Amino acid sequence: MSKIHVSTTVNGDPVEFLCEPQQTLLDVLRDELQLTGSKEGCASGDCGACSIELDGRLVCSCLVLGAEAEGRDVETVESIAVGDTLHPVQAKILEHGALQCGYCTPGFVVAAKALLDRNPDPTETEVRYWLAGNLCRCTGYDKIVGAVLDAASEMRGETS
Amino acid sequence: MYKFNYVKADSVDAAAAAVSGSEDGKILAGGMTLLPTMKQRLAAPSDLVDLGGIDALKGIEVSGDSVTIGAMTTHATVAASADVAGAIPALTELASGIGDPQVRNRGTIGGSVANSDPSADYPAAVVALGATVVTNKREIAGDDFFLDIFETALEEDEIITAVRFPIPEKAAYIKFPNPASRYAVVGVFVCTGGGDVRVGVTGAGPCAFRATGIEDALKADFSAAAVDGVTVDGSEFNEDMHASAEFRTSLVSVGAKRAVAALS
Repeated sequence: MSKIHVSTTVNGDPVEFLCEPQQTLLDVLRDELQLTGSKEGCASGDCGACSIELDGRLVCSCLVLGAEAEGRDVETVESIAVGDTLHPVQAKILEHGALQCGYCTPGFVVAAKALLDRNPDPTETEVRYWLAGNLCRCTGYDKIVGAVLDAASEMRGETS
Repeated sequence: MYKFNYVKADSVDAAAAAVSGSEDGKILAGGMTLLPTMKQRLAAPSDLVDLGGIDALKGIEVSGDSVTIGAMTTHATVAASADVAGAIPALTELASGIGDPQVRNRGTIGGSVANSDPSADYPAAVVALGATVVTNKREIAGDDFFLDIFETALEEDEIITAVRFPIPEKAAYIKFPNPASRYAVVGVFVCTGGGDVRVGVTGAGPCAFRATGIEDALKADFSAAAVDGVTVDGSEFNEDMHASAEFRTSLVSVGAKRAVAALS
């Protein structure tokens, strides 16, 4: 079977790649494009460690085929910091110590940024509801939720 | 995943032809069930025919008496639709409770209905509201659509194009979600209109069904107390690590009573 030629946009750059039909978008990002920020956790759409935005929608890249990315706009965790300047969500996760092993963190960063892009002033319930597709087995979530609320407050220009 | 051919269809006819012409082709909608199933090697289609490029299958149309949702419309789109919320708010509530944001952004109504997962949410609404499943070949009444676990009236190369829901007077969906997956351990959809009461149940049996005993009791007396008088037959109900058949039997009654309370 011949490989599929896919033209897409990844983190603002036009990207072309060849993939096998059975390669997921996560496989392509990590193994073909060397964007290893997105992690494979469960590989079945439960844990959210592979979260990316596809045409502005938060999705699990492990349940998207690479071939499905044709003509689509892909944003990964690598696009979120600007140079050495962390996004407030990233900075607050560090400040709050909202991680231990860190494996789930890229997915949480992508998901939390997607939330704050749409809803700059979420309630704690809204944050928890939005992050329901991201699992963390270390922190117990409280620090992550606190970091996201704190980042939201900072982004609104409030002092924390 | 085992190897397969990937086919991106640009029309429903092309998709149907691609499935017919393949050894064991399957339709790819949102992929929220099919792709994990293939990764677990529980499914090994020869061809995967992707409907994602067919814009005609996406969108919502609300007319005077019905809501028509294109098969490739995602749960997130339905959940966020002011038009659906205005016509059948229970349906937006149902859509917003499916899985998590990542699932709702990819999962589609056509895929959910075609899969007939015993714990999926939409099937309860399809049978309760008396929806019509529109395919590339015909229209199938909701009551005739779900046959068994993962089994529907669809033929091999038959593709759902839309689901049309009549707008009821009132409707409510009560779900007891699995706390991890948000799949329905049991979900009960109750609607009223024109003197009729219809009750759709998901999660309890092999596939979604109407609880006709509860419907009859509610037609005579639309109250939670009336549901108490009905014995739900749970002899064929699902038993798994999440809930016993006995517990699911109880949840059907409790869900129906809560829905009635929400509508009273």
